[in-house]
This record gives sequence, C-alpha cells and structure tokens, in this order.
Amino acid sequence: MTRAIIDGNEAAASVAYRLNELCSIYPITPSSTMAELADEWAGQQKLNVFGTLPTVVEMQSEGGAAGALHGALQGGAMSTTFTASQGLLLMIPNMYKIAGELTSTVFHVAARSLATQGLSIFGDHQDVMAVRQTGFALLSSAHVQEAHDFAAIAQLATLRSRVPFLHFFDGFRTSHELNTLDMLSDDDLRAYVPEELILDHRRRALSPEHPYIRGTAQNPDTYFQSRETVNPFYDRVPGIVTTAMDEFAELTGRRYRLVEYHGAPDADRVLVIMGSAGQTVIQAVDHLNVLGEKVGVIQIRMYRPFPVADVLAAIPETVTKMAVMDRTKEPGAGGEPLFLDVCAALAEAVASGRRATLPRVIGGRYGLSSKEFTPAMAVGVYAELAKASPRPRFTVGINDDVSLTSIDYRADLDVESPATRRAVFYGIGSDGTVGANKNTIKILGSVDGVYAQGYFVYDSKKSGSRTVSHLRFGPEPITAPYLISKADFIGVHHWSILERVNVLRYAREGTVVLVNAPHPPEELFARLPASMQRTLIDQHCELWTIDANAVARKAGMGNRTNTVLQTCYFAISKVLPRDEAIRQVKGSIRKTYGRRGPDVVAKNEAAVDAAIEYLHRVEVPDAVASAVALLAPVPATAPEFVRDVTAKMLLDEGDDLPVSALPVDGTYPSATTKYEKRNISDLVAVWDPDACIQCGNCAFVCPHAVLRAKYYPAQALEGAPATFQTAELNAAGLPGARYTLQVYAEDCTGCSLCVEACPVTSNDGLGRKAINLELVADREPTRQNVAFYETIPVNLRSRVDFGTVRGVQYLEPLFEFSGACSGCGETPYLKLLSQLFGGRATVANATGCSSIYGGNLPTTPWARNKYGRGPAWSNSLFEDNAEFGLGLRLAADLHTSRARTLLNELREQIGDDGLIDGILDNDQRHESDLSAQFRAVEELKFLLDRIPGPSASDLRSIADHLLRRSVWIVGGDGWAFDIGSGGLDHVLASGRDVNVLVLDTEVYSNTGGQASKATPMGAVAKFASAGKETHSKDLAMQAIAYGNVYVARVAMGADPQQTLKAFREAEAYDGPSLILAYSHCIAHGIDMKKGLDQQYLAVNSGHWPLVRFNPVLRSTEQNPFLLDSPRPRMSLRTYHANELRYRMLTRTNPETAERMLESSQLEVDRRWRDYEQMSVRTASEFAGGVKE
Amino acid sequence: MDLTTTYLGLELAHPIVASAGPLTQTVDGVRQLADGGAAAIVLHSLFEEQLRAEIARDERLLSAHADSFPEALDYFPSAPVTTRSAAYSYLSLVERASKAVGVPVIASLNGSDLGSWVEFARELADAGAAALELNIYMVPGDVKTTGDLVVKRHLEIVSAVTDAVSIPVSVKMSPYFSSVGNVALQLVDAGASGLVLFNRFLQPDVNIETLHTDAPFELSTPQEGRLPRTWIASLRNQTDASLAGSSGVESSDDVVRYLLAGADVVMTTAALIRHGRSYPREMLGGLQAWMVRKGFVSLSQARGMLAVPSITDGEAAGRGGYVAAIQAAKERYGAL
Repeated sequence: MTRAIIDGNEAAASVAYRLNELCSIYPITPSSTMAELADEWAGQQKLNVFGTLPTVVEMQSEGGAAGALHGALQGGAMSTTFTASQGLLLMIPNMYKIAGELTSTVFHVAARSLATQGLSIFGDHQDVMAVRQTGFALLSSAHVQEAHDFAAIAQLATLRSRVPFLHFFDGFRTSHELNTLDMLSDDDLRAYVPEELILDHRRRALSPEHPYIRGTAQNPDTYFQSRETVNPFYDRVPGIVTTAMDEFAELTGRRYRLVEYHGAPDADRVLVIMGSAGQTVIQAVDHLNVLGEKVGVIQIRMYRPFPVADVLAAIPETVTKMAVMDRTKEPGAGGEPLFLDVCAALAEAVASGRRATLPRVIGGRYGLSSKEFTPAMAVGVYAELAKASPRPRFTVGINDDVSLTSIDYRADLDVESPATRRAVFYGIGSDGTVGANKNTIKILGSVDGVYAQGYFVYDSKKSGSRTVSHLRFGPEPITAPYLISKADFIGVHHWSILERVNVLRYAREGTVVLVNAPHPPEELFARLPASMQRTLIDQHCELWTIDANAVARKAGMGNRTNTVLQTCYFAISKVLPRDEAIRQVKGSIRKTYGRRGPDVVAKNEAAVDAAIEYLHRVEVPDAVASAVALLAPVPATAPEFVRDVTAKMLLDEGDDLPVSALPVDGTYPSATTKYEKRNISDLVAVWDPDACIQCGNCAFVCPHAVLRAKYYPAQALEGAPATFQTAELNAAGLPGARYTLQVYAEDCTGCSLCVEACPVTSNDGLGRKAINLELVADREPTRQNVAFYETIPVNLRSRVDFGTVRGVQYLEPLFEFSGACSGCGETPYLKLLSQLFGGRATVANATGCSSIYGGNLPTTPWARNKYGRGPAWSNSLFEDNAEFGLGLRLAADLHTSRARTLLNELREQIGDDGLIDGILDNDQRHESDLSAQFRAVEELKFLLDRIPGPSASDLRSIADHLLRRSVWIVGGDGWAFDIGSGGLDHVLASGRDVNVLVLDTEVYSNTGGQASKATPMGAVAKFASAGKETHSKDLAMQAIAYGNVYVARVAMGADPQQTLKAFREAEAYDGPSLILAYSHCIAHGIDMKKGLDQQYLAVNSGHWPLVRFNPVLRSTEQNPFLLDSPRPRMSLRTYHANELRYRMLTRTNPETAERMLESSQLEVDRRWRDYEQMSVRTASEFAGGVKE
Repeated sequence: MDLTTTYLGLELAHPIVASAGPLTQTVDGVRQLADGGAAAIVLHSLFEEQLRAEIARDERLLSAHADSFPEALDYFPSAPVTTRSAAYSYLSLVERASKAVGVPVIASLNGSDLGSWVEFARELADAGAAALELNIYMVPGDVKTTGDLVVKRHLEIVSAVTDAVSIPVSVKMSPYFSSVGNVALQLVDAGASGLVLFNRFLQPDVNIETLHTDAPFELSTPQEGRLPRTWIASLRNQTDASLAGSSGVESSDDVVRYLLAGADVVMTTAALIRHGRSYPREMLGGLQAWMVRKGFVSLSQARGMLAVPSITDGEAAGRGGYVAAIQAAKERYGAL
C-alpha cells in the first residue's frame, strides 16, 4: 500500500478515473477538483486500469454532462461524472432515466448546500437528499480514506446490481481536507472489479448488431407495472454492497458495513447520522461512555436503497431514545428524510413484531452550509435525549431564538486526544501561509508513525482574504472532521489580523503563540490588544515573536515570509526535535525550490537560519498593560443592521448570530462595503494635483471605485483639513472652480491600474505620473480628507458631460469597494454601469465572480446615491440569468403599462395635465429627458400620496416604473457562452429592452480557471490542460445575425471612449443589447497591473476587435456595423507572449503551441477581413429586426 | 579537391560552420543554413539562468492568487513547471533540427552553476545533439574573486560535463584570461575535445540621453578575427584538440586566414546575417578558388601553415616555451 496525503476530491477521483473510460464534466465547487484532476491525468496520457486512455469531455452545463453521460452509458462506455449542489439538481432528469434503464454508473458528489435564501458553496446534504427519489443508490463516505475506498466499492456494486450509484462525501469538510490515506494500486482495482462485469455492461449497450429500442413512450396500461419491474434489483443492492465491502476488506484489510454501530452494546440512547459527522459523534460516544453513560452511534453508509434490516439490526434492544440527525432542511416536512426513514423502519418493525420496543425518536438538523458540528454538540444531543421530554425536533450548532429549536451544549468541551498536536495559523490569502502549511503536512505526514490532517478556512473576499489553517498531527489516524477548538500552537502571520480579531480564541493552558510583528521583542507585549494580553496571562501562554518580513527581506526573499514562519513553527512547536525539524525544512526547500536554481535554494536556507536567529521568546508579565482595544469592524455611525449583524460576521463571530438577527427571505441592505475599511494594501494611490490634467482616466479604470472626483466652488474648501488636496478646475466656463481627485486610501488595493492609465509623465526624470502608488503608513489624514470630501455635494448629473471619460469621473459610482481581486478587469465595467444608470437600474446577475464580489456577505458593493436610489440587484442561478433578467423586464413593462393607464384615468384627481402629458410623452432616451422624468415622477408621487382611493394607491405603488427602468443582465462567459447560452439566445431574440453585459474573461474565473467556449485556442486552462483546441465562439456575430440586437465588443484598456459610447448606446436602444467586455483576469496568468496593457494588445493584435452593431443606424439607411479598432498592428504572438495561459503550452508542447498560434493568427486575419468587409456594406445588406 | 575536415571527431564536408546566434533559433533557420551550405550548425545558446528566471516568474504568477478563495485555490492545471519542461522548446529544437538536416547539429549551453551544467548537458545529449558547446560566460563581478578561482570553475564545469556525457564537448572561451593559451590547454586536459576562440561579450554602453546603459547587439567586424587567430596559431601545435575560429568572418579571405593560423573549422554568424543564409556556399566557392589559385588540393596542406611551430626543446616547454610561443606569435601578428 502506498501512503499519501491528499484531499477527499483527489481520493475519489483517483479511483473514478482509473475505473472508467469516460468522464463527463462541468465545474462546480466543491467538486471541481475531481474533474480537473481527471482532465489533467488524461492530458498526461495516464491510462485507466484497463489500459484505456479515458476520454474527458467538458460540457456546457451539468445538464449537458448528464446527457452526454447517459448517451455514453447507452453506448456501453464505463462513464462517470463529478458534481455538487445545483449541478446535481440539473442532472436529475437524466438520473431518473439512467436509473429507470438500470444502467451502471457512479456519480461522485462533494455534497453541498443548495441556493435558497442565498447561495452557499459549503457542505451539507441538501443536494444529495434532493435526488434520493431518482432511483440512484446513495453511498456516503465519511473520511478521505473512505472517499477513496467507497469510489471503488460503488463501482463494483453498480456493475453487479445494475443500479446506478451516487457516491457522496461532505463538501469541503472531506473534499478539501488533507489527510493521510493508503492508496489502492492499479492491481488492487483490477483485482477488485472483474472485467467480466464490464463486458456485461457493454453487452447492454445499444448496437445495430443486435438492435432494440429503449426509451419508449408508455401508456396507462403498462407504465405502472413497468415501474415495478426493477424492485428485485433494488432488493439485491444491500446484499451486493455488503459483499462488495467484504471483498474489499479481504483485499485491503479495511472493513466497512452498510450501517455501523459504535458504542455501548447496552446503550440507552443512540444517535443516527450520516457523513463525516459520524466520526465526530464517535468521539463524543467514547467520551461519554468513559464517564459511565451508555450511548452509541449508528452511522448510515448506504442511504438508498434504505437498508431497513441493517438499520434495525444495528439498534440495540436496550435503546429507549434515539436522535436522528439530518444535514439537510426540508421546510414543511414532518421531519427530515433520514429521520422519517428511521421512524418508518422502527414503526414497521414494532408493528410487525420484529422489534419489541419502539424507542422515542427525535429528529435534528445540524451542519448546514459547513456549520461546525463538534463532539461537544453531539454530547449536547445526548444530553437532550436524557431529558424526560426531549424536543421532538431540534437544531444544534446555532442559536434559534425564533422557533426555539436549538439545543444547548457546552462549547468549551474538548474531547480530543492529548497525543494529537494541534496548530492554528492566521494568514492572508496568497501570502504563502496555506502553501507552507500544506508543505508542513507533507513533511510531518511522511515521518514514520505520524498521521496528519489539514483543513483551511477562507473568508469571502477574493483578495486580501483572511485564512485560518487548522493542522493536526498524531500517532493515530486523525478522524476529527471539525475545526480545532483548542490549539497547542497559534501562529499569527500578520499584525493587522490581531488588531481586528480575537486570535487567541483557540488558546488553552500553555499554548505556544507566535506573532509576526514589525516591532522589537521588548515592545511586543505592550503593543498587543488588552484582551489578547489578558488571555496570554490567564492561559500561561508561551509567547514568541519574529519580524518575519524583515528577516525575509534580509535573506533576499522580498515579502515571502512563508519559509521564515514555517521554520519558526518547526522550531518552537515541539512537533519534532528542533535539529531534526530544521533538517526536514531544509530538505523540503531543496525539493520545492531546486528547479528555480541554487541561489533560490540558498536564499531559502539562509532564511531558515535567519529565522532561528531572529526568533525571540517574549516574557509574559503578570498584569495587563495595554489600553489598546481591538479595532472596531465598522464605524459607530454605521446603520443598526451593519453594527449588530454585519460587524459580527466581520469579526468571525457570525456563528454566534441568533436566527432572529437574520432576514427571513434573504433580503439584505445594500451599500455596506463602505463600512468595512479593509486597508489591505500598504501601497496606495496618491494624487499629484500639480501634475494632473483631470482627464478622468484613472477614476474610469479603478476597479474598486476608490478614486472619486468632484468640482466645486472655492468656498466649499472652508474647513478643509490641512492635507486636503485641491487644484484649479481645468475646464472652460467655470472660472475659479476647484477640483479634487479623492483617494479612498483605506479601500485602495494598490492594484496600480490608475497609475498605468494615467497619461501624464512628469518631467522629473523619474517617470512619475499624476497618480502614483506610495507607502502611506498613517491613514488618519486620508480618513479626515475622505470625510471632508463627502461633505462636498456630488456634481449635478445635468451639469456633467456623459459623453466623455473626463465627464464620467463626476458621476457617483454605485458599485464600490468590492472584494474582487486587486486590479480586477471586470469591476470597472460594473462601476461604469452604476455611474451611468445606477439610479434606475435593476441587475440580474449570473452566478460567478460578479455574483460573489457583488453579493457575497458580509458586505456588498452595490450602493445608493443621496436620494437613496441605486441598483437593485439579484442573483437567481447560473444557468437562468438571461431569463431571470427578462422576467424583471417583463414585470417592469407590465407595471409601466398599467401606470400609464392609471395616470390617464387619474387625470382629474391629479389635476395637472402638463405634468401628466410630460410624463407620458417623454421617450426618456437622453439623460436630460430622464432627469426631467425623474423630477416629474417625484412630483407625481408627492401628489398621489395626497389623493385618496384605491386607484391612486395602485398608481403610487408602481409610479416609479414611469421612470424608464434600466434592466441589466450581467454575467461571465461561463454563463453567456456555455450554461446560459440557450437562454441568452432566447432573450436576445425576444426583442425586449434588456441590456446584457458579458464580463468576458474567456475562462470560468470564479471556480478556478476552467475553459469555456470563450477560451481562445492555445490557451491552457483547467479542462483544457493540453491547450484549448478550438477557437472561441464569436458571440457578437451570433447576436448580430438577429438584426435587431444592439451589439458591442469593448475593451476599456484599449479604448475607454468606445466603451463609454457602447454602454450609452446599448442602454438607450429600445430593444435587446449585448455588450461583450474584455476583462483581464488573474486566470490569464498576467501581472495584473499590466491588465490594461494586455487589453490594448488584445485589441491591437486583432484578438479582440472593437465593434458596434447599432440597429438604429440601419433604420436610417446607414451601415449599422462599425469597426472601431484599427487594423491589427502587431502579431498575436506579441499579445500571447505576456500571458501564462499561452506560455504554458509552449512549455509542455511547443509544436502544438506553434500550430495553434498559427491557426489562431489565420483565424484573426480571416475574421478581420470579414469585419472590414461588413463595415463597408450598405444598411440593406444586414438582417432587419421585427421592428421594421 | 579535398575540403573535408574533422571537428570534435565529427567528419565535416568543409570547414565553414554556422555559429550560435539568432539564425539558429528555429528548425527552419537551421534547415536554411544547411541548405545554404554550412558544414555544421551550432544552435543558439540555451541560457540556463534565463530559463530559471522564466520558471521563477511563471511560478510567481501561478502562486500569486493561490490559496485565497475557497472556490478557486488555484487557477491553472497543475502541470509542474520543471527545468525539463521549461527547456522543452530548446530540447525539442535540438531533436527536430538534428533530424531535419544532414549535417551535425551542435547544441550550445550557457549555464551558471555546476549542477545545471551537468543536468542540461545530459538533456541535450539525450535530445540528439552531435556535440555540445559550452558557452562559459563568467563575469566575476565580485572583485575578490581570484583568477585562479575563475579558471578552477571552468575546469570543474568541463570536467563534470565531459564525465556526464559521451558526445564530444567544446568550450567557447573567453579571451580575458591572464594566460589564455595555458587555460586553453588546461581545458583540453579537463576533457574538452575542442576550443572555440573566442566568445564575444556584448558589453553594455552608456546612453547619455536616457542616463541608462544599453546592451546593443552588434555583429563582429573582420578586425576582431586577429585576436582569436593569434591564439589559434599559438595553440595549433600544442594540442590535438579541435580549434574553431569564431569572430570577424566576413568573407572567404577571413576563412583562409583562420585556416592558415591552424583552425579546423571557421564559425560565423555575422557574415550569414549580412549576406544571407546561403552565404556559406559562396564562401566555400571563394575558399576553393583561393586553393586553386595557390595550388592546394587538400585543406590539410594549408591548415596551420602559419601556426607557431611546436616547441621541441624540452627545457623550453615550460613557461619559457610559452614566452617563446608568444614571441613567435608576436613576430607574425604584432603585439598582443
């Protein structure tokens, strides 16, 4: 047996890939890794155990993946898929078919929450419970080792039984947990799954050699009976799986049962549970039984077909009370599914005399969306059962103060073995902390007799996020699927974290605490927050410090502190003798960095030595000596909800929020990012008023809306802070006016796009711009300046030239400070949308990056203007966004139409024909019309509030629809090109006035860079690890073919003015509009500060020609097709050279890379010729829309 | 007329070889040079340091956004970027070029540390290179480094590489040793089958407008042939190792000059850039015409005619002989 340290996804995929011939895939968190690995292995020509190179095919959606899989199965191929959550829901129709046709397959599912009041990527059983009725067998693995083993057991069982299997494990908790396991070899798998079964599977395939028909339409006479034909197959499944488990035990020594009991043979109370939580309960059971209680736990490993006999056999006759725990929620049901199944089994057994007594059974919910479920909670459930009248339905792990379902437990109960070393590390995303910890797990896990476990927690932001690593090491296999509650070691890798959160919540007596601090050791203690000092004293912690950043810099490693801090952990955590630990770290360095050359190895080794040298123990005094409090997460001036609820989430205390604190229907206040001052960058933009030409380019491209401009009369400066920056307004017609470009420094991510966009170069020889990145240590002056700036009135929209980039800077952004990646290529477009149309916009947002940085709690960026107006935003699903947006349009049109009717009907009561006719006759295509309409509608509302009667109330409720509503349908290319393609096409064909904005990164960015149909040829992406083999789809041309769709392809970095023009034309067009916006992305493998340059190269190499197709022009006999970018002036090679996505292929397969580049160049040339030809056509040569 | 020559044990049809340079970066370029008459082709150098810098850059990009967000812990397939994969395009060039042409293809390696020299030399040999040219460009920026140490490093590299590979190895030498000839002989003793004289160092110049330094690429001029010819003449009768003249080849006259001094082959990039890839054939014509004019029927008759005679006096074989050799060289070629 080979030992390995991998996560549950890899554990399952490793077996699935080796036992199948086809993987039909689509990305969805947290299962994507399984599909990615399958694609990579296929790319590496890795054969399955039967000697076949599996085909890995990415489909346009999980629905498509299931369809292709169904076909492949009917074709006789051993086929599998990997999915979760909404993806699994999309597979349901095919699951019924596959099961109805008794087809052998295994789906591997990293079980995840479903989108209800909100989306969640985290783990529970809602998705698998939603397919329990499809006819699939459901097999649940509870651990990384089991995920590996059950993948094989499920495969054997499905081939023997012909019943399809769904093998699932807990999303994130198991799918992402690193743990030690024994790997099954190819020989093991070959021996385990006899080839004869595969031949049987093949024999059942469709073939003209022995043709038959499958998939008939059936009628009342036979459908019912046909449905009952499968019963014997399902009856056999428990026996088949049991045998498969026995054979597996013979092969490997690892024994499993359909239903397993652990605990006192004469238990009085038993808990029934499924998934990783079973291990958690075992720890509680052992703890309680040692204390003299008599309890037990039943782990359900096969849920469908429900193994009634095995369940009954597992329940000791002595049991009087049982709690059945479901990791799902079925609102309105008498109980959750597992509970009901157990109840039915027991009731039937007692009623039929097969069991003497009927225990009292209660049903509980736990662990939704990866909510922690700990041994302490399980102990709490046993305590509840011990009560005379336990609650019949309960929840555990939350405080339900509304329905009073939640039971109490002792949160501080720690039942873990003292032999397990536990460490918690605080880091910031991409700082190397997680990577170093994964490396530590590999180092220690490879020591004989040491077992390792690692689990990593991230916050909701894409950049600058806080990470918490939980590491365990011990002499026994580690089965603790919950976060560490008490740690032997706590590493705080950034000072800024301990300023904000209680990092010692994991401390216990004698915990070793390491603080990376920019302060001398002798000053360290005094600078810590008082609460931290108190814990250090009370828990007799051992405090150590190092200035890891200084040590790393000194060792020539820049800001990479991971080696230094990893060394500190090895040096003081006592997991290994210090010398041995250092030897191991150095060995690992040589392995990790060897390929980067000896100087890199030497630097890292020097950093190890320096770490030891500069690591200091700090004596903890007897008394607290600090007045420093933790920084408030939000200002005292924030709204109540933000202070009471959002702030808790920001402090990592969201788990403590009671049910009553949260909205009942998922409706949250918008405009909350402004209360969270993240200060994630030391370097921030600094404006040089003397050099600035006030062109507005920096504000235009700023992805985070931290650059704001206003002009104002000089007298507005009265009372300005001394450091407030101002310049004379550089515009005609406003003599004496002043101008300020205010940097919201606390929100700046230091991405540098503003610097890159600035056209000014000072002649000081230093290449400085009018805006530069500088180290600003003291943020207080900027705080004051921002506060003062906000007192200056926002410029009137009617006084701003919307048609120029220079003018747009004065429009208030209503999309601000999102948690997108630093330098994001998408968010500038959304900010522009919000500036131009935000006050009357409704946004339908497809799931993806933009729904995450746009709508992931705790704080969200869509904002409001001074009138309280702003974009109303919602995310339905990934696949239905165009339809969802169309629905918003249809509702708006309905309301507008009714409002116009009512307005006419109420003429007399309103008594102002001028007002009414003004409203009804305004076509609202220009900003001045819209301003007039806004004022008129406000006046109408005022009047309606004073008119009695139902008609007036009716009109008042929809009067705002008299102001033209701007409906935006926003999403990425994964949505528009793939999963939502059919819906988008239909919506564009509807002729309705919707505006579609595709933020095209040419890859699935949110799920980690999988290829979409927008991915260009030759680019390496996940699911295209050997390079994308086809050209991207020309979605613009598809839409143009309709004739009545406004289409634009834009790239802000190449031509911001064209972008602005396209947005305005699209929105003004009374029909469907489609804007394809080139968005540079971290998934391109570029230096993000050069994102705008890459946009320029994309356009000027012909990769991304700028075009507009305006049907309005056609109706006036002009050519509607406008080619806005110049003829390509550089080769595609020049553009490709800067992006890792293209370079990767030149490394692994230069011939293919070259061939694909040549083909791409030909395609670019061909498309350009087509476009040029189109740009000189006459109007009549283009299709016309229905409006003509 | 017999124009054949032997270089690094390789039998060549004639002595005109395309040296490492921009023309030998692609298979097409190599093919055109072979079609144009080059007797052997030295590929452009694999710059190991540059390769490692590229690997480091790409690894930085790979890890720049890793482990930050739970939905996407990385953004690319985990194809490991190894030196092997990073050097893939060069290795592939060696392999494809060797198969594409009928003349020997010599790989060239420019490294920075001992481990990499050996690692890459093996890869290049495995890829099918007929021979290996070591382009040892060592600028001891640390002024505390002694000349001895520099020489020692050269010898270590040559010895390690020649131990590691079975194909012949040449060294493209620097002219900046305190005793060039002696170092040359030590390199041969360390295992080099041949020496290429000399490497040209593209030194940066000061740009007085930008206040920066520029590193222009300039082709060699015929005058630059004098120094290597001097040393080839000095070494010819001191060693059996192959000697290649490089730098300052503009016409067949320069080829003749090198041959008379004792070179086995003559390498050029400058002439090929200036006159096109079929220029080897033209130079060959010139060489033949000269031989006819001078009555030579075989190259061996002319080769080394003007080389410094070998020292037969045993007593003078040491430093004295060396001085004499230099003296003889001085008489023929002027002050060094």
